[in-house]
Amino acid sequence: MNLEILGISVLWLFLFGYVIIGSIDFGAGFFNAYSLLTGRQHILTHIIQRYLSPVWEITNVFLVFFFVGIVGFFPKTAFYYGTTLLIPVSIGIILLAIRGSYYAFESYGSRGHKGYSFMYGASGLMIPAALSVVLTISEGGFVSLQNGKPVLDYWSLFTNTFTWSIVVLAISAVLFISAVFLTWYADKANDVGATSLLRKYAMIWAGPLAISVIGIMVELRKHNPEHFHRMINVWYLFAISAIMFIITVLFIWKRRNYGIALALLIGQFAFAFYAYGVSHYPYLLYPYLTLYDSFTNEAMATALVVVFILGFCLLIPSLYLVLKLFLFDKDYVKGKEKGHV
Amino acid sequence: MNSENAVFFSRVLTELTLTFHIIYATIGVGVPLMIMIAQWLGIKKNDEHYILLARRLARGFVITVAVGVVTGTAIGLQLSLLWPNFMQLAGNVIALPLFMETFAFFFEAIFLGIYLYTWDRFENQKKHLLLLIPVAIGASMSAVFITIVNAFMNAPRGFDVVNGQLVNIQPILAMLNPAMPTKVGHVLVTAYMTSAFVLAAIAAYRILKGSNHPYHQKSLFLFMKLGLIFSLAALLIGDFSAKYLVKYQPEKLAAAEWHFETGKNASLILFGVTDGENVKYAIKVPYALSVLAHNNPFAKVTGLNEFPKEETPPLYIHYLFDTMVLIGMFMIVLSAVYVFGMNRNWKFISSKWFRWLMVAGGPLTIIALEAGWWLAEVGRQPWILYKYMKVADAATTSEHVDLMLILFCILYIILGIGSVVVLRRMFIRNPIEQEIADRHAERSGDVR
Repeated sequence: MNLEILGISVLWLFLFGYVIIGSIDFGAGFFNAYSLLTGRQHILTHIIQRYLSPVWEITNVFLVFFFVGIVGFFPKTAFYYGTTLLIPVSIGIILLAIRGSYYAFESYGSRGHKGYSFMYGASGLMIPAALSVVLTISEGGFVSLQNGKPVLDYWSLFTNTFTWSIVVLAISAVLFISAVFLTWYADKANDVGATSLLRKYAMIWAGPLAISVIGIMVELRKHNPEHFHRMINVWYLFAISAIMFIITVLFIWKRRNYGIALALLIGQFAFAFYAYGVSHYPYLLYPYLTLYDSFTNEAMATALVVVFILGFCLLIPSLYLVLKLFLFDKDYVKGKEKGHV
Repeated sequence: MNSENAVFFSRVLTELTLTFHIIYATIGVGVPLMIMIAQWLGIKKNDEHYILLARRLARGFVITVAVGVVTGTAIGLQLSLLWPNFMQLAGNVIALPLFMETFAFFFEAIFLGIYLYTWDRFENQKKHLLLLIPVAIGASMSAVFITIVNAFMNAPRGFDVVNGQLVNIQPILAMLNPAMPTKVGHVLVTAYMTSAFVLAAIAAYRILKGSNHPYHQKSLFLFMKLGLIFSLAALLIGDFSAKYLVKYQPEKLAAAEWHFETGKNASLILFGVTDGENVKYAIKVPYALSVLAHNNPFAKVTGLNEFPKEETPPLYIHYLFDTMVLIGMFMIVLSAVYVFGMNRNWKFISSKWFRWLMVAGGPLTIIALEAGWWLAEVGRQPWILYKYMKVADAATTSEHVDLMLILFCILYIILGIGSVVVLRRMFIRNPIEQEIADRHAERSGDVR
């Protein structure tokens, strides 16, 4: 395996990490707001707070890690994506900023501000929409070079059905991932009410997710046939993902094995995510930028890999500690300890 | 919008984001150390007040850290969004410290979460103290790495340019550039100094507002003492920085000091105004600039006229230099008088006016911090990568930077007001007297 592939695999892993834990976070905010609207917040708020509070800052780091890493390994992406993404990413940053800081303001400063909860919930759905535009652009067709400078055609981006099917996928995936995770977490806490409500949400969002995936395949065939055919070449990866999805839904429906359902959920997204990534190879921005012509020099690549390995030796045990303390600690999950500073 | 405008608005937006971010970032670097010291003192002296101090600091810290994290994410992305050409070039040479900064940040984020949520889980407070060490290390290390990136922009090295291509890249050499030691040192100690003086200002304010609890007295004394130590260190490293400038970036010092003609026995200029050639209404300290530059009153100092006009920074950086140094000196004197006065029981240090001075010290130090960063950044105009790339060539070609500037302005207003309101409410609703009473009630409840 060469360094380019290693680099992008690692970054893809971090993006995947962000997709999962970011989704849990975004979805939790939405469900919290929705339950407030329907007067059921007493069922959900505690479960959501207990999970989110200790990890809220860590979630953000996964994103930072991805965008710092991609500029490090593939400096040319800064030129292409930096120039074209000014508006969507700036909007993403602003939403993330308001969401992140007001989460802290509310949970540590003044509790129970309603208007804020709605904003928090709504922004949680707008962020994946704003950020998923990057995926759409990477498929090509929206960026053109004018005088050697990349320019994004906003009109064709916003009027394209492919863009919107990605947005629908992003939002339904967020809500599905979040609901499945929180069902498991609520079940661990022996919170029957929260479990059954979240289970219902998971069942509701499984449908749109499946439909939007099929929609994207149809759109992609039209939009970028080359990528579509590469995806067909790895159909078995998508098939595994689909089977895992069906079993997840089955378990949730039968109200059992929530732990396995969660593992299968992560598995199905991992397979789909990596299959998508592999079939995108070798392009970072179709058709201008490939993995190879944007890769950094060898000295920097080696240095980054070394730092990466050392960093991981530090992070894995620390992350394990967090999981042990807040995800697998029965007393904490059940809310028996009130440990906040 | 043409590309000249894009450059201008990119500069304004970057400056706005950084100006806002560094307030929270500096507190984010300094406060974990203060929490650690307070917690350690509490354990060592077996004094509940220091433990409570650590706890209350941590609680407020969450709010500032949240704003620091989100604005840090903003500037991290803005680097690529607003300066794509620069990042493309720099990514080849300087990605390593950027990458390491994320690790440090990650490390801090993990342990901060654990620290905050395990407050009553450990019987042994020492174990809890151990959790703070990675938080403080992570916070300081992320400052170290990000400052290395900035140092590289001032003193790029670790690569060769052959026919417009970067070759022979040495990431470690790029990190260990000559600007690095003084920059990193100055940033770290001034971050500790700022945090200490801001916290001292809060304590002084509480005392002025009538709370004469020993908690505030202890915290005031502790932070003034720490502030004194770190401001002395800042002075020392600041002096090294001036000597660095003489050697590597002489036009920055010459512009900051309005030193136009090369000459021996150079005098240091305080205040004044200039029309670009003559300096009026200034206080001149003879020989002082030669001393600052070379430790020798008779040494020759290169003047601004030696450099091509289009490569010199704007002359207003002199005011920034004055502001930074004056406030720094003032804080050293103020904290020294206070600390010695406490030891010798001088009366006036408990007078109202002296306490108001200490309250003013908090915002003043933040002004010095901003002035110092503006001096450092504007002082290397017109370069983004000193002697390699000009700011004008690095900016985005996108047409919507002005609109983004407005949006981010609104964002920072919301975040700034929000954080102040929440912090005020947090501590006014739960003053120390109340917290101690609650704590005791809870304890006796346990016994029953």
